[in-house]
Amino acid sequence: MTVTEVRAGGGVQAPPPVRPRRRGIGWGMRLEILALSGPAILVFAGFVIFPVLMAAYYGFYRWKGFGPPTDFVGLDNYVTILQDTLFHEALWHNGQIVVLSIVLQGPIALGLALLLNQRMRGQSLIRVLIFVPYVISEVIVGTAWSLMLQSSGAINDVLRSIGLGALAQDWLSDPAIAIWTLMLILTWKYVGFAVILFLAGMQNIPAELSEAAAVDGASYWQTQRSITLPLLGPTIRIWAFLSIIGALQLFDLVYIIWGQYVASTAGTSTMATYMVTEGRNAGNYGYGNAVAVVLFLISMLIALVYQRFVLRRDTEGALTGGR
Amino acid sequence: MSRRANAWGNPVVYVGALMLVGLMLGPVIYIIIGGFRTNSQITSDPAALPDPWVFGNYTDVLTSDTFWRQVGNSTLAATATTIGVVGLGVMASYVLARYRFRGRGAMYALFAAGLMFPATVAITPLYILVKNLGLVNTLPGVILPQIAFGLPTTIIILVPFLQAIPKEIEEAAAIDRCSRLGFFWRMVLPLSVPGLITTGILAFVNSWNSYLLPLFILNDQDGFTLPLGVQAFASQYSVDTAKVLAFTSLSMIPALVFFSLFERRIVGGLTGAVKG
Repeated sequence: MTVTEVRAGGGVQAPPPVRPRRRGIGWGMRLEILALSGPAILVFAGFVIFPVLMAAYYGFYRWKGFGPPTDFVGLDNYVTILQDTLFHEALWHNGQIVVLSIVLQGPIALGLALLLNQRMRGQSLIRVLIFVPYVISEVIVGTAWSLMLQSSGAINDVLRSIGLGALAQDWLSDPAIAIWTLMLILTWKYVGFAVILFLAGMQNIPAELSEAAAVDGASYWQTQRSITLPLLGPTIRIWAFLSIIGALQLFDLVYIIWGQYVASTAGTSTMATYMVTEGRNAGNYGYGNAVAVVLFLISMLIALVYQRFVLRRDTEGALTGGR
Repeated sequence: MSRRANAWGNPVVYVGALMLVGLMLGPVIYIIIGGFRTNSQITSDPAALPDPWVFGNYTDVLTSDTFWRQVGNSTLAATATTIGVVGLGVMASYVLARYRFRGRGAMYALFAAGLMFPATVAITPLYILVKNLGLVNTLPGVILPQIAFGLPTTIIILVPFLQAIPKEIEEAAAIDRCSRLGFFWRMVLPLSVPGLITTGILAFVNSWNSYLLPLFILNDQDGFTLPLGVQAFASQYSVDTAKVLAFTSLSMIPALVFFSLFERRIVGGLTGAVKG
Protein backbone atom coordinates (compact mmCIF):
# COMPACT_ATOMS: atom_id res chain seq x y z
CA MET A 1 0.00 0.00 0.00
CA THR A 2 2.99 2.27 0.25
CA VAL A 3 4.97 1.53 -2.88
CA THR A 4 3.33 -0.07 -5.85
CA GLU A 5 4.74 -1.03 -9.18
CA VAL A 6 3.42 -2.24 -12.47
CA ARG A 7 4.74 -5.60 -13.52
CA ALA A 8 5.25 -6.73 -17.05
CA GLY A 9 2.35 -9.15 -16.68
CA GLY A 10 0.00 -6.26 -15.93
CA GLY A 11 -1.73 -5.75 -12.62
CA VAL A 12 -0.68 -3.53 -9.81
CA GLN A 13 0.87 -5.41 -6.97
CA ALA A 14 2.01 -4.79 -3.46
CA PRO A 15 5.75 -4.81 -2.77
CA PRO A 16 7.27 -8.26 -2.44
CA PRO A 17 7.83 -9.38 1.12
CA VAL A 18 11.31 -8.88 2.51
CA ARG A 19 13.29 -12.07 2.75
CA PRO A 20 16.21 -11.93 5.10
CA ARG A 21 18.66 -14.80 4.88
CA ARG A 22 17.43 -18.00 6.44
CA ARG A 23 19.31 -19.24 9.46
CA GLY A 24 18.80 -21.91 12.03
CA ILE A 25 16.74 -20.41 14.79
CA GLY A 26 17.72 -20.61 18.40
CA TRP A 27 15.71 -21.15 21.54
CA GLY A 28 15.59 -17.46 22.32
CA MET A 29 13.98 -16.75 19.02
CA ARG A 30 11.50 -19.58 19.43
CA LEU A 31 10.52 -18.16 22.77
CA GLU A 32 10.00 -14.74 21.24
CA ILE A 33 7.84 -16.20 18.49
CA LEU A 34 5.80 -18.05 21.05
CA ALA A 35 5.40 -15.09 23.37
CA LEU A 36 4.42 -12.70 20.58
CA SER A 37 2.10 -14.88 18.54
CA GLY A 38 0.88 -17.23 21.27
CA PRO A 39 -1.91 -15.02 22.65
CA ALA A 40 -3.36 -14.30 19.20
CA ILE A 41 -3.23 -17.97 18.20
CA LEU A 42 -4.81 -18.98 21.50
CA VAL A 43 -7.73 -16.56 21.18
CA PHE A 44 -8.18 -17.36 17.50
CA ALA A 45 -8.09 -21.11 18.05
CA GLY A 46 -10.38 -20.89 21.07
CA PHE A 47 -13.06 -18.64 19.66
CA VAL A 48 -12.91 -19.29 15.91
CA ILE A 49 -11.52 -22.73 15.15
CA PHE A 50 -12.79 -24.59 18.20
CA PRO A 51 -16.43 -23.48 17.74
CA VAL A 52 -16.37 -24.50 14.08
CA LEU A 53 -15.06 -27.95 15.05
CA MET A 54 -17.64 -28.23 17.81
CA ALA A 55 -20.40 -27.42 15.31
CA ALA A 56 -19.37 -30.51 13.37
CA TYR A 57 -19.63 -32.53 16.59
CA TYR A 58 -22.95 -31.11 17.85
CA GLY A 59 -24.43 -31.50 14.38
CA PHE A 60 -24.65 -35.27 14.88
CA TYR A 61 -26.90 -34.92 17.93
CA ARG A 62 -30.50 -34.09 18.66
CA TRP A 63 -29.85 -31.61 21.41
CA LYS A 64 -31.78 -28.87 23.17
CA GLY A 65 -28.68 -27.13 24.48
CA PHE A 66 -28.88 -28.28 28.11
CA GLY A 67 -26.13 -30.48 29.51
CA PRO A 68 -23.86 -32.48 27.25
CA PRO A 69 -25.43 -33.85 24.07
CA THR A 70 -26.33 -37.54 24.40
CA ASP A 71 -28.93 -38.28 21.74
CA PHE A 72 -26.68 -39.27 18.82
CA VAL A 73 -28.66 -39.27 15.59
CA GLY A 74 -25.91 -39.72 13.02
CA LEU A 75 -26.67 -37.89 9.80
CA ASP A 76 -30.37 -37.39 10.56
CA ASN A 77 -30.01 -33.63 10.96
CA TYR A 78 -28.29 -33.38 7.60
CA VAL A 79 -30.94 -35.50 5.92
CA THR A 80 -33.63 -33.23 7.37
CA ILE A 81 -31.80 -30.11 6.15
CA LEU A 82 -31.39 -31.44 2.65
CA GLN A 83 -35.06 -32.44 2.48
CA ASP A 84 -36.51 -29.28 4.01
CA THR A 85 -38.10 -27.07 1.38
CA LEU A 86 -37.56 -24.07 3.66
CA PHE A 87 -33.82 -24.70 3.40
CA HIS A 88 -34.04 -25.16 -0.37
CA GLU A 89 -35.77 -21.80 -0.62
CA ALA A 90 -33.17 -20.16 1.60
CA LEU A 91 -30.37 -21.62 -0.52
CA TRP A 92 -32.09 -20.42 -3.69
CA HIS A 93 -32.40 -16.90 -2.22
CA ASN A 94 -28.72 -16.93 -1.30
CA GLY A 95 -27.88 -17.94 -4.86
CA GLN A 96 -29.97 -15.09 -6.24
CA ILE A 97 -28.37 -12.63 -3.84
CA VAL A 98 -24.84 -13.76 -4.76
CA VAL A 99 -25.46 -13.35 -8.48
CA LEU A 100 -27.51 -10.15 -8.24
CA SER A 101 -24.99 -8.51 -5.89
CA ILE A 102 -22.24 -8.92 -8.45
CA VAL A 103 -24.36 -8.14 -11.48
CA LEU A 104 -25.90 -5.02 -9.92
CA GLN A 105 -23.14 -3.64 -7.72
CA GLY A 106 -20.22 -4.38 -10.04
CA PRO A 107 -21.26 -2.25 -13.03
CA ILE A 108 -22.79 0.47 -10.84
CA ALA A 109 -19.63 0.71 -8.75
CA LEU A 110 -17.44 0.70 -11.83
CA GLY A 111 -19.47 3.51 -13.39
CA LEU A 112 -19.38 5.56 -10.20
CA ALA A 113 -15.66 5.00 -9.76
CA LEU A 114 -15.03 6.17 -13.33
CA LEU A 115 -17.21 9.21 -12.64
CA LEU A 116 -15.39 10.06 -9.43
CA ASN A 117 -12.00 9.41 -10.99
CA GLN A 118 -12.50 12.49 -13.17
CA ARG A 119 -10.66 15.64 -12.36
CA MET A 120 -12.94 17.42 -9.94
CA ARG A 121 -13.09 19.54 -6.83
CA GLY A 122 -14.28 18.04 -3.56
CA GLN A 123 -13.38 14.50 -4.56
CA SER A 124 -12.21 13.50 -1.10
CA LEU A 125 -15.40 14.85 0.49
CA ILE A 126 -17.53 12.83 -1.92
CA ARG A 127 -15.52 9.73 -1.13
CA VAL A 128 -16.34 10.14 2.54
CA LEU A 129 -20.01 10.76 1.85
CA ILE A 130 -20.63 7.74 -0.38
CA PHE A 131 -18.97 5.56 2.25
CA VAL A 132 -21.49 6.63 4.92
CA PRO A 133 -24.00 3.79 4.29
CA TYR A 134 -21.19 1.28 4.61
CA VAL A 135 -20.19 2.63 8.00
CA ILE A 136 -23.56 2.81 9.73
CA SER A 137 -24.78 -0.39 11.29
CA GLU A 138 -27.07 -2.96 9.70
CA VAL A 139 -29.59 -2.39 12.48
CA ILE A 140 -29.86 1.30 11.64
CA VAL A 141 -30.01 0.63 7.91
CA GLY A 142 -32.67 -2.02 8.45
CA THR A 143 -34.76 0.09 10.81
CA ALA A 144 -34.62 3.14 8.57
CA TRP A 145 -35.40 1.35 5.33
CA SER A 146 -38.24 -0.67 6.77
CA LEU A 147 -39.83 2.54 8.06
CA MET A 148 -39.42 4.21 4.67
CA LEU A 149 -40.62 1.21 2.69
CA GLN A 150 -43.82 0.49 4.65
CA SER A 151 -46.85 0.74 2.40
CA SER A 152 -47.75 4.01 4.12
CA GLY A 153 -44.12 5.09 4.31
CA ALA A 154 -42.03 7.84 2.78
CA ILE A 155 -41.04 6.08 -0.44
CA ASN A 156 -44.62 5.41 -1.56
CA ASP A 157 -45.57 8.91 -0.44
CA VAL A 158 -42.87 10.49 -2.59
CA LEU A 159 -43.84 8.31 -5.56
CA ARG A 160 -47.48 9.40 -5.25
CA SER A 161 -46.64 13.06 -4.87
CA ILE A 162 -44.51 13.12 -8.02
CA GLY A 163 -47.28 11.41 -10.00
CA LEU A 164 -45.78 7.94 -10.02
CA GLY A 165 -48.39 6.53 -7.64
CA ALA A 166 -48.75 3.51 -9.91
CA LEU A 167 -45.25 2.48 -8.87
CA ALA A 168 -46.13 2.49 -5.18
CA GLN A 169 -45.71 -1.06 -3.91
CA ASP A 170 -45.97 -3.25 -0.93
CA TRP A 171 -42.18 -3.31 -1.00
CA LEU A 172 -41.49 -5.54 1.96
CA SER A 173 -44.13 -8.27 1.97
CA ASP A 174 -44.96 -8.90 -1.69
CA PRO A 175 -42.93 -12.04 -2.47
CA ALA A 176 -42.52 -10.97 -6.08
CA ILE A 177 -40.79 -7.75 -5.06
CA ALA A 178 -39.23 -8.35 -1.66
CA ILE A 179 -35.99 -9.87 -2.98
CA TRP A 180 -35.52 -6.84 -5.24
CA THR A 181 -36.19 -4.54 -2.32
CA LEU A 182 -33.50 -6.43 -0.42
CA MET A 183 -31.13 -6.02 -3.37
CA LEU A 184 -31.87 -2.29 -3.46
CA ILE A 185 -30.96 -1.97 0.21
CA LEU A 186 -27.88 -4.18 -0.12
CA THR A 187 -26.68 -2.19 -3.12
CA TRP A 188 -27.22 1.07 -1.29
CA LYS A 189 -25.31 -0.16 1.75
CA TYR A 190 -22.38 -1.93 0.12
CA VAL A 191 -21.80 -0.21 -3.24
CA GLY A 192 -19.68 2.46 -1.53
CA PHE A 193 -17.19 -0.18 -0.48
CA ALA A 194 -16.81 -1.37 -4.08
CA VAL A 195 -16.46 2.21 -5.34
CA ILE A 196 -13.70 2.97 -2.83
CA LEU A 197 -11.80 -0.19 -3.78
CA PHE A 198 -12.15 0.50 -7.50
CA LEU A 199 -11.12 4.14 -7.08
CA ALA A 200 -8.02 3.14 -5.17
CA GLY A 201 -7.22 0.61 -7.88
CA MET A 202 -7.68 3.23 -10.59
CA GLN A 203 -5.47 5.72 -8.83
CA ASN A 204 -2.68 3.15 -8.82
CA ILE A 205 -2.76 2.93 -12.61
CA PRO A 206 0.01 5.21 -13.87
CA ALA A 207 -1.31 8.30 -15.63
CA GLU A 208 1.36 7.81 -18.32
CA LEU A 209 -0.61 4.90 -19.74
CA SER A 210 -3.77 6.86 -20.45
CA GLU A 211 -1.69 9.84 -21.60
CA ALA A 212 0.12 7.61 -24.06
CA ALA A 213 -3.23 6.27 -25.24
CA ALA A 214 -4.51 9.82 -25.70
CA VAL A 215 -1.42 10.64 -27.77
CA ASP A 216 -2.24 7.63 -29.93
CA GLY A 217 -5.70 9.08 -30.50
CA ALA A 218 -7.71 6.78 -28.25
CA SER A 219 -11.05 8.16 -27.05
CA TYR A 220 -11.96 8.31 -23.37
CA TRP A 221 -14.05 5.14 -23.56
CA GLN A 222 -11.41 3.26 -25.55
CA THR A 223 -8.86 4.16 -22.91
CA GLN A 224 -11.12 2.94 -20.09
CA ARG A 225 -11.91 -0.29 -21.91
CA SER A 226 -8.39 -1.19 -22.95
CA ILE A 227 -6.34 0.21 -20.08
CA THR A 228 -8.37 0.87 -16.96
CA LEU A 229 -10.55 -2.24 -17.00
CA PRO A 230 -7.78 -4.82 -17.57
CA LEU A 231 -5.49 -3.21 -15.00
CA LEU A 232 -8.38 -3.08 -12.54
CA GLY A 233 -8.96 -6.82 -12.98
CA PRO A 234 -7.28 -7.98 -9.76
CA THR A 235 -9.20 -5.42 -7.68
CA ILE A 236 -12.51 -6.42 -9.27
CA ARG A 237 -11.86 -10.12 -8.73
CA ILE A 238 -11.03 -9.65 -5.04
CA TRP A 239 -14.07 -7.45 -4.55
CA ALA A 240 -16.28 -10.09 -6.18
CA PHE A 241 -14.83 -12.68 -3.82
CA LEU A 242 -15.60 -10.61 -0.73
CA SER A 243 -19.06 -9.90 -2.10
CA ILE A 244 -19.81 -13.60 -2.71
CA ILE A 245 -18.73 -14.60 0.79
CA GLY A 246 -20.76 -11.77 2.31
CA ALA A 247 -23.85 -12.68 0.27
CA LEU A 248 -23.65 -16.35 1.25
CA GLN A 249 -23.58 -15.49 4.93
CA LEU A 250 -26.06 -12.62 4.80
CA PHE A 251 -28.01 -12.41 8.04
CA ASP A 252 -28.33 -9.04 9.78
CA LEU A 253 -30.34 -7.00 7.29
CA VAL A 254 -32.81 -9.77 6.44
CA TYR A 255 -33.35 -10.68 10.08
CA ILE A 256 -33.81 -7.07 11.13
CA ILE A 257 -36.18 -6.06 8.34
CA TRP A 258 -38.16 -9.24 7.84
CA GLY A 259 -37.87 -10.71 11.31
CA GLN A 260 -37.64 -14.40 11.98
CA TYR A 261 -40.90 -15.60 10.49
CA VAL A 262 -41.78 -13.24 7.67
CA ALA A 263 -38.53 -13.74 5.74
CA SER A 264 -39.53 -17.13 4.37
CA THR A 265 -42.98 -16.01 3.24
CA ALA A 266 -41.63 -12.80 1.70
CA GLY A 267 -39.02 -14.81 -0.17
CA THR A 268 -35.95 -13.24 1.44
CA SER A 269 -34.85 -15.92 3.90
CA THR A 270 -31.19 -16.92 3.76
CA MET A 271 -29.27 -19.93 5.03
CA ALA A 272 -28.14 -17.88 8.02
CA THR A 273 -31.64 -16.73 8.98
CA TYR A 274 -32.83 -20.33 8.52
CA MET A 275 -30.03 -21.44 10.84
CA VAL A 276 -31.02 -19.00 13.58
CA THR A 277 -34.77 -19.53 13.21
CA GLU A 278 -34.73 -23.32 13.08
CA GLY A 279 -31.78 -23.73 15.43
CA ARG A 280 -31.53 -21.33 18.32
CA ASN A 281 -34.99 -19.80 18.21
CA ALA A 282 -36.63 -23.23 17.99
CA GLY A 283 -34.34 -24.54 20.74
CA ASN A 284 -32.86 -27.21 18.44
CA TYR A 285 -29.15 -26.56 18.99
CA GLY A 286 -28.00 -29.79 17.39
CA TYR A 287 -29.94 -28.98 14.26
CA GLY A 288 -28.70 -25.37 14.20
CA ASN A 289 -25.12 -26.61 14.35
CA ALA A 290 -25.75 -28.97 11.45
CA VAL A 291 -27.06 -26.03 9.41
CA ALA A 292 -23.91 -24.09 10.36
CA VAL A 293 -21.80 -26.94 9.04
CA VAL A 294 -23.70 -26.98 5.75
CA LEU A 295 -23.33 -23.21 5.45
CA PHE A 296 -19.63 -23.52 6.23
CA LEU A 297 -19.08 -26.27 3.67
CA ILE A 298 -20.95 -24.40 0.94
CA SER A 299 -18.99 -21.20 1.63
CA MET A 300 -15.68 -23.05 1.73
CA LEU A 301 -16.41 -24.97 -1.46
CA ILE A 302 -17.28 -21.78 -3.33
CA ALA A 303 -14.29 -19.95 -1.83
CA LEU A 304 -11.90 -22.70 -2.86
CA VAL A 305 -13.31 -23.00 -6.37
CA TYR A 306 -13.14 -19.24 -6.78
CA GLN A 307 -9.57 -19.07 -5.50
CA ARG A 308 -8.52 -21.99 -7.65
CA PHE A 309 -9.97 -20.72 -10.90
CA VAL A 310 -10.37 -16.96 -10.62
CA LEU A 311 -8.02 -15.56 -8.01
CA ARG A 312 -4.98 -17.74 -8.49
CA ARG A 313 -3.12 -15.18 -10.54
CA ASP A 314 -3.81 -12.26 -8.23
CA THR A 315 -3.33 -13.61 -4.78
CA GLU A 316 -0.47 -16.00 -4.98
CA GLY A 317 0.63 -15.86 -1.42
CA ALA A 318 -1.81 -13.25 -0.20
CA LEU A 319 -4.77 -15.42 0.70
CA THR A 320 -3.27 -18.82 0.18
CA GLY A 321 0.30 -19.30 1.24
CA GLY A 322 1.73 -16.14 2.72
CA ARG A 323 5.15 -17.03 1.31
CA MET B 1 -8.71 13.32 -19.71
CA SER B 2 -6.61 15.98 -21.34
CA ARG B 3 -4.62 18.47 -19.39
CA ARG B 4 -6.37 21.29 -21.24
CA ALA B 5 -9.50 20.89 -19.13
CA ASN B 6 -9.66 23.66 -16.56
CA ALA B 7 -9.27 22.91 -12.85
CA TRP B 8 -12.99 22.44 -12.38
CA GLY B 9 -13.43 19.79 -15.04
CA ASN B 10 -16.63 18.62 -16.63
CA PRO B 11 -19.94 19.97 -15.21
CA VAL B 12 -21.72 16.69 -16.04
CA VAL B 13 -19.43 15.00 -13.54
CA TYR B 14 -20.61 17.34 -10.79
CA VAL B 15 -24.27 16.73 -11.57
CA GLY B 16 -23.69 12.99 -11.47
CA ALA B 17 -21.68 13.18 -8.27
CA LEU B 18 -24.31 15.37 -6.63
CA MET B 19 -27.11 12.95 -7.50
CA LEU B 20 -25.01 10.10 -6.17
CA VAL B 21 -24.37 11.84 -2.87
CA GLY B 22 -28.08 12.63 -2.63
CA LEU B 23 -29.04 8.99 -3.12
CA MET B 24 -26.49 7.76 -0.61
CA LEU B 25 -27.31 10.32 2.06
CA GLY B 26 -31.06 10.57 1.48
CA PRO B 27 -32.08 7.81 3.89
CA VAL B 28 -29.62 9.02 6.53
CA ILE B 29 -30.95 12.57 6.29
CA TYR B 30 -34.49 11.16 6.43
CA ILE B 31 -33.71 9.51 9.78
CA ILE B 32 -32.09 12.60 11.25
CA ILE B 33 -34.79 15.03 10.09
CA GLY B 34 -37.60 12.61 10.92
CA GLY B 35 -36.45 12.75 14.54
CA PHE B 36 -37.37 16.46 14.58
CA ARG B 37 -41.00 15.76 13.59
CA THR B 38 -44.02 14.57 15.51
CA ASN B 39 -45.77 11.28 14.84
CA SER B 40 -48.83 13.02 13.44
CA GLN B 41 -46.62 14.95 11.03
CA ILE B 42 -45.04 11.68 9.92
CA THR B 43 -48.35 9.90 9.53
CA SER B 44 -50.07 12.63 7.57
CA ASP B 45 -47.10 13.27 5.28
CA PRO B 46 -44.30 10.67 5.59
CA ALA B 47 -41.76 12.55 3.48
CA ALA B 48 -41.84 16.20 4.44
CA LEU B 49 -39.76 18.65 6.42
CA PRO B 50 -40.60 19.20 10.08
CA ASP B 51 -43.30 21.83 10.57
CA PRO B 52 -42.73 22.97 13.22
CA TRP B 53 -39.39 21.50 14.27
CA VAL B 54 -39.71 19.65 17.56
CA PHE B 55 -36.76 18.75 19.72
CA GLY B 56 -38.65 16.64 22.24
CA ASN B 57 -37.75 13.31 20.65
CA TYR B 58 -34.05 13.99 20.83
CA THR B 59 -34.14 15.43 24.34
CA ASP B 60 -36.24 12.47 25.50
CA VAL B 61 -33.68 10.03 24.20
CA LEU B 62 -30.75 12.07 25.49
CA THR B 63 -32.23 12.18 28.98
CA SER B 64 -33.13 8.49 29.15
CA ASP B 65 -31.04 6.13 31.25
CA THR B 66 -31.52 3.30 28.77
CA PHE B 67 -29.82 5.16 25.95
CA TRP B 68 -26.79 6.14 27.99
CA ARG B 69 -26.45 2.69 29.52
CA GLN B 70 -26.38 1.23 26.02
CA VAL B 71 -23.89 3.87 24.89
CA GLY B 72 -21.75 2.85 27.86
CA ASN B 73 -22.00 -0.86 27.03
CA SER B 74 -21.19 -0.26 23.37
CA THR B 75 -18.26 1.99 24.23
CA LEU B 76 -16.85 -0.51 26.69
CA ALA B 77 -17.23 -3.43 24.30
CA ALA B 78 -15.76 -1.51 21.36
CA THR B 79 -12.82 -0.12 23.35
CA ALA B 80 -11.87 -3.46 24.85
CA THR B 81 -12.26 -5.18 21.49
CA THR B 82 -10.07 -2.57 19.82
CA ILE B 83 -7.31 -2.85 22.41
CA GLY B 84 -7.42 -6.64 22.23
CA VAL B 85 -7.46 -6.89 18.46
CA VAL B 86 -4.74 -4.33 17.88
CA GLY B 87 -2.52 -5.58 20.71
CA LEU B 88 -2.67 -9.26 19.85
CA GLY B 89 -2.75 -8.48 16.14
CA VAL B 90 0.40 -6.37 16.03
CA MET B 91 2.39 -8.92 18.03
CA ALA B 92 1.37 -11.78 15.77
CA SER B 93 1.89 -9.65 12.66
CA TYR B 94 5.41 -8.77 13.81
CA VAL B 95 6.24 -12.44 14.03
CA LEU B 96 4.72 -13.10 10.61
CA ALA B 97 6.43 -10.13 9.02
CA ARG B 98 9.88 -10.28 10.56
CA TYR B 99 10.70 -13.82 11.69
CA ARG B 100 11.56 -16.70 9.41
CA PHE B 101 10.58 -20.05 10.86
CA ARG B 102 8.94 -23.26 9.81
CA GLY B 103 5.16 -23.09 10.08
CA ARG B 104 5.06 -19.39 9.31
CA GLY B 105 3.19 -19.97 6.04
CA ALA B 106 0.71 -22.22 7.79
CA MET B 107 0.15 -19.65 10.52
CA TYR B 108 -0.49 -16.92 7.98
CA ALA B 109 -2.86 -19.16 6.03
CA LEU B 110 -4.73 -19.98 9.23
CA PHE B 111 -5.46 -16.34 9.98
CA ALA B 112 -6.12 -15.51 6.32
CA ALA B 113 -8.67 -18.31 6.11
CA GLY B 114 -10.53 -16.69 9.00
CA LEU B 115 -11.08 -13.69 6.73
CA MET B 116 -13.37 -15.82 4.61
CA PHE B 117 -15.67 -16.82 7.44
CA PRO B 118 -17.36 -14.09 9.42
CA ALA B 119 -18.91 -14.99 12.76
CA THR B 120 -22.17 -16.12 11.14
CA VAL B 121 -20.97 -19.66 10.53
CA ALA B 122 -19.69 -20.24 14.04
CA ILE B 123 -22.38 -18.37 15.95
CA THR B 124 -24.32 -21.32 17.35
CA PRO B 125 -21.34 -23.25 18.78
CA LEU B 126 -19.81 -19.94 19.83
CA TYR B 127 -22.90 -19.24 21.90
CA ILE B 128 -22.61 -22.65 23.54
CA LEU B 129 -18.92 -22.07 24.25
CA VAL B 130 -19.62 -18.68 25.81
CA LYS B 131 -22.43 -20.22 27.82
CA ASN B 132 -20.13 -22.96 29.12
CA LEU B 133 -17.62 -20.31 30.11
CA GLY B 134 -20.37 -18.63 32.12
CA LEU B 135 -20.06 -15.42 30.09
CA VAL B 136 -23.61 -15.16 28.74
CA ASN B 137 -25.09 -11.72 29.46
CA THR B 138 -21.65 -10.27 30.12
CA LEU B 139 -19.63 -7.95 27.90
CA PRO B 140 -16.52 -10.19 27.96
CA GLY B 141 -18.73 -12.82 26.31
CA VAL B 142 -19.03 -10.45 23.36
CA ILE B 143 -15.54 -8.98 23.52
CA LEU B 144 -13.49 -12.19 23.42
CA PRO B 145 -15.12 -13.61 20.27
CA GLN B 146 -14.96 -10.18 18.64
CA ILE B 147 -11.23 -10.03 19.27
CA ALA B 148 -10.82 -13.48 17.72
CA PHE B 149 -12.89 -12.65 14.65
CA GLY B 150 -11.17 -9.26 14.25
CA LEU B 151 -7.68 -10.78 14.13
CA PRO B 152 -7.69 -11.91 10.46
CA THR B 153 -8.39 -8.45 9.03
CA THR B 154 -5.92 -6.84 11.42
CA ILE B 155 -3.15 -9.27 10.59
CA ILE B 156 -3.74 -9.10 6.84
CA ILE B 157 -3.47 -5.30 7.00
CA LEU B 158 -0.54 -5.11 9.40
CA VAL B 159 1.80 -7.75 7.95
CA PRO B 160 2.62 -5.89 4.71
CA PHE B 161 2.83 -2.72 6.78
CA LEU B 162 5.47 -4.18 9.09
CA GLN B 163 7.29 -5.81 6.18
CA ALA B 164 7.67 -2.40 4.60
CA ILE B 165 9.83 -1.15 7.48
CA PRO B 166 13.31 -1.11 5.91
CA LYS B 167 15.71 -3.82 6.94
CA GLU B 168 18.43 -1.21 7.39
CA ILE B 169 16.64 0.16 10.45
CA GLU B 170 16.62 -3.29 11.99
CA GLU B 171 20.30 -3.79 11.21
CA ALA B 172 21.16 -0.39 12.67
CA ALA B 173 19.23 -1.28 15.78
CA ALA B 174 21.08 -4.60 16.02
CA ILE B 175 24.42 -2.81 15.77
CA ASP B 176 23.31 -0.61 18.65
CA ARG B 177 22.76 -3.82 20.63
CA CYS B 178 19.02 -3.53 20.48
CA SER B 179 17.35 -6.95 20.78
CA ARG B 180 14.59 -8.00 18.41
CA LEU B 181 12.03 -7.39 21.14
CA GLY B 182 13.60 -4.03 21.87
CA PHE B 183 13.43 -3.25 18.18
CA PHE B 184 9.74 -4.22 18.19
CA TRP B 185 9.01 -2.01 21.18
CA ARG B 186 11.14 1.03 20.33
CA MET B 187 11.03 1.11 16.54
CA VAL B 188 8.28 -1.05 15.08
CA LEU B 189 5.43 0.14 17.28
CA PRO B 190 6.09 3.86 16.77
CA LEU B 191 6.64 3.36 13.04
CA SER B 192 3.43 1.40 12.61
CA VAL B 193 1.10 3.84 14.36
CA PRO B 194 -0.79 4.65 11.12
CA GLY B 195 -1.45 0.95 10.53
CA LEU B 196 -2.49 0.51 14.14
CA ILE B 197 -4.94 3.39 13.83
CA THR B 198 -6.46 1.92 10.65
CA THR B 199 -6.99 -1.49 12.17
CA GLY B 200 -8.09 0.02 15.47
CA ILE B 201 -10.81 2.14 13.86
CA LEU B 202 -12.00 -0.82 11.82
CA ALA B 203 -12.22 -2.95 14.95
CA PHE B 204 -13.99 -0.18 16.84
CA VAL B 205 -16.58 0.49 14.14
CA ASN B 206 -17.18 -3.23 13.58
CA SER B 207 -17.75 -3.76 17.27
CA TRP B 208 -19.93 -0.67 17.53
CA ASN B 209 -22.17 -1.98 14.74
CA SER B 210 -22.02 -5.65 15.68
CA TYR B 211 -25.44 -7.29 15.84
CA LEU B 212 -25.45 -11.09 15.52
CA LEU B 213 -23.04 -11.86 18.35
CA PRO B 214 -24.64 -9.56 20.95
CA LEU B 215 -28.03 -10.88 19.82
CA PHE B 216 -26.97 -14.36 20.89
CA ILE B 217 -24.92 -13.47 23.96
CA LEU B 218 -26.78 -10.56 25.56
CA ASN B 219 -30.34 -11.45 26.49
CA ASP B 220 -30.71 -9.06 29.37
CA GLN B 221 -31.96 -5.52 28.56
CA ASP B 222 -29.45 -4.02 30.99
CA GLY B 223 -26.54 -5.50 29.06
CA PHE B 224 -27.74 -4.44 25.60
CA THR B 225 -25.37 -2.68 23.25
CA LEU B 226 -26.75 0.05 20.99
CA PRO B 227 -27.70 -2.08 17.95
CA LEU B 228 -29.76 -4.39 20.18
CA GLY B 229 -31.10 -1.31 21.92
CA VAL B 230 -32.17 0.29 18.65
CA GLN B 231 -34.02 -2.84 17.68
CA ALA B 232 -35.65 -3.26 21.08
CA PHE B 233 -36.60 0.40 21.08
CA ALA B 234 -38.04 0.13 17.56
CA SER B 235 -40.29 -2.77 18.52
CA GLN B 236 -41.19 -1.37 21.94
CA TYR B 237 -42.13 2.05 20.56
CA SER B 238 -43.30 0.82 17.16
CA VAL B 239 -46.09 3.41 17.20
CA ASP B 240 -43.72 6.23 18.15
CA THR B 241 -41.87 6.44 14.84
CA ALA B 242 -40.42 9.88 15.52
CA LYS B 243 -38.74 8.75 18.71
CA VAL B 244 -37.38 5.64 17.01
CA LEU B 245 -35.85 7.89 14.34
CA ALA B 246 -34.29 10.12 17.00
CA PHE B 247 -32.87 7.13 18.87
CA THR B 248 -31.52 5.68 15.64
CA SER B 249 -29.80 8.86 14.50
CA LEU B 250 -28.16 9.43 17.87
CA SER B 251 -26.81 5.89 17.93
CA MET B 252 -24.99 6.21 14.63
CA ILE B 253 -23.06 9.36 15.53
CA PRO B 254 -19.92 7.79 17.05
CA ALA B 255 -19.25 5.44 14.14
CA LEU B 256 -19.74 8.30 11.69
CA VAL B 257 -17.45 10.66 13.60
CA PHE B 258 -14.72 8.07 13.94
CA PHE B 259 -14.97 7.18 10.32
CA SER B 260 -14.89 10.71 8.94
CA LEU B 261 -11.91 11.61 11.14
CA PHE B 262 -9.88 8.69 9.87
CA GLU B 263 -11.41 8.07 6.44
CA ARG B 264 -8.13 8.27 4.54
CA ARG B 265 -6.35 5.81 6.81
CA ILE B 266 -9.21 3.31 6.75
CA VAL B 267 -9.59 3.39 3.00
CA GLY B 268 -5.82 3.06 2.59
CA GLY B 269 -5.72 0.12 4.97
CA LEU B 270 -8.66 -1.65 3.36
CA THR B 271 -7.41 -1.29 -0.17
CA GLY B 272 -3.89 -2.22 0.88
CA ALA B 273 -5.25 -5.39 2.43
CA VAL B 274 -7.37 -6.26 -0.55
CA LYS B 275 -4.44 -5.88 -2.91
CA GLY B 276 -2.58 -8.31 -0.69
